[in-house]
Amino acid sequence: MIEIEGITKRYDATTVVDDVSMVIEPRTIAVIVGTSGSGKTTLLRMINRLVEPTSGIIKLDGADNRSLPGYELRRSIGYAIQGHGLFPHRTVAQNIATVPVLLGWDKDRIKARVDELMTLYQLDPEAFGPRYPHELSGGQQQRVGVARALAAEPNVLLMDEPFGALDPIIRNKAQEDLLAIQKRFGTTIILVTHDMEEAVHMGDKIAVMDAGKLVQYAKPAEILAKPASAFVETLVGASERPFRLLSLGRVRDAVEKGSAEGEAIPGDASQRDALAELLWTGRPALPVKGADGKPLGRVTVDGLVKRAARPA
Amino acid sequence: MKAWLPSLLRLALVMLLVAFVTNPGWFVPLLKPLTENNAPVIYNQGSLLTLTLLHLRTVLIATVAATIVAVALAILVTRPAGAEFLPLSRSLVNIGQTFPPVAVLALAVPAVGFGEKPTLIALFLYGLLPIFENALTGLTTLPANVVEAARGAGMTGWQRLTKVELPLSAPIILGGIRLSVVISLATATIGSTVAAKTLGEVIIAGLLSNNLAFILQGGLIVAALAVLIYDGLSAIERYTARRMGREAE
Repeated sequence: MIEIEGITKRYDATTVVDDVSMVIEPRTIAVIVGTSGSGKTTLLRMINRLVEPTSGIIKLDGADNRSLPGYELRRSIGYAIQGHGLFPHRTVAQNIATVPVLLGWDKDRIKARVDELMTLYQLDPEAFGPRYPHELSGGQQQRVGVARALAAEPNVLLMDEPFGALDPIIRNKAQEDLLAIQKRFGTTIILVTHDMEEAVHMGDKIAVMDAGKLVQYAKPAEILAKPASAFVETLVGASERPFRLLSLGRVRDAVEKGSAEGEAIPGDASQRDALAELLWTGRPALPVKGADGKPLGRVTVDGLVKRAARPA
Repeated sequence: MKAWLPSLLRLALVMLLVAFVTNPGWFVPLLKPLTENNAPVIYNQGSLLTLTLLHLRTVLIATVAATIVAVALAILVTRPAGAEFLPLSRSLVNIGQTFPPVAVLALAVPAVGFGEKPTLIALFLYGLLPIFENALTGLTTLPANVVEAARGAGMTGWQRLTKVELPLSAPIILGGIRLSVVISLATATIGSTVAAKTLGEVIIAGLLSNNLAFILQGGLIVAALAVLIYDGLSAIERYTARRMGREAE
């Protein structure tokens, strides 16, 4: 659990982060969204003390984050940044091993952990371990960057626009990978982005920041349905709102009785994808199949449209 | 040009140089026309090999000392605590470069006496600037997100310096050392005016006795050394740049 209590950061006369308080539940993903200059990155960097707050307290599992020297604190917290920041003079395996080496793990344990993470990220340890970062593609570099952040099994992972430099197709894949890994390790993730789409997709809760202030901190559905201010509404994008709301739900939750013609859509797909498929193919209904391939029923345009409406 | 041609030329130059300093007698017929009145063709007041080795030793000592001081200074002024010393160190190092080595010799002799010492002082001061400036460039132009990642991973200031900042700046620092060495190789010859044992001795002897052969052999050995060392250090620099993943820059 991360408790941020009345955190303020001032540079001379400029207040970058203004009295922000929020609690991040363990094993969840909190996404901080805002425009550039909203203070979201500064807030993130105060959690691992890359930036020292002017006032306020941040507690990690109840302990003040100033109870350890900064560098020791940072070894216990994963940190992944935009453009990955891999060490160009070290191999992929050495990059991933950075924090375990600093912590003085023994060789076998480091090798086992590096191999585990590389396998998890679909990078063959034999083939990719001895390579240098510049020999990798952008997507591979990004995966190595996240693997490095996770290497010392941190409970908390801070990510500053980790997918910012990726093209849309690789980005989707990277987001799915991160969600899967978060489930597997139960890591608490705090992710900074300016992309509301990403925030709605990834976040258990979304914190919206504007000019240093925390404007709203709530579940994605609530941010979409009840934006706390005009700024949040703009950020959500009025024309995107119904589709973002649909993207939060799974097809299996919108299934109606009956059957329909054509190729079935998996129950795990998002309702937004189902609606897009229906609109594109000009059909009123789609069959839905479960993970085992059995038919579950159908989704209809009418049913989905109702779900896309502003919740009461 | 064929790829092997430069390597072949280098090899030929090395062999020529080694042959000349170990067996200068072989080259008497070549240099004979440059002398008059049956003057000696090959420098005869000391072995060319010994002088070459002493010349190299002087340059080596001065460059190592200049490297240690210049890099240490560059590290100091790029730390937050030392930032205010940057203008001061720049001026000091610049003075070292603008002060003519001959004048340094003249000033140093009364203080430390004749011989190798005043030469070392002059070369040391003269060699500081290129190394300092390059080290400064290297340490201040590191990719920001790499330095940020090093901090974020929990490296201490010392670990960041030794594991990330210095290795990544190494190619640029080496470039400064290369310049400094080449300047020092040439400048070391004037050390012989204050009785340092360098190849300058041969050149000065030639000037004093109007012996063109002496001047030429002293000058050619220094030039060959400079070319070969420049070449060798460039190769090391390219190799390090590749290793540090900076080749694309």
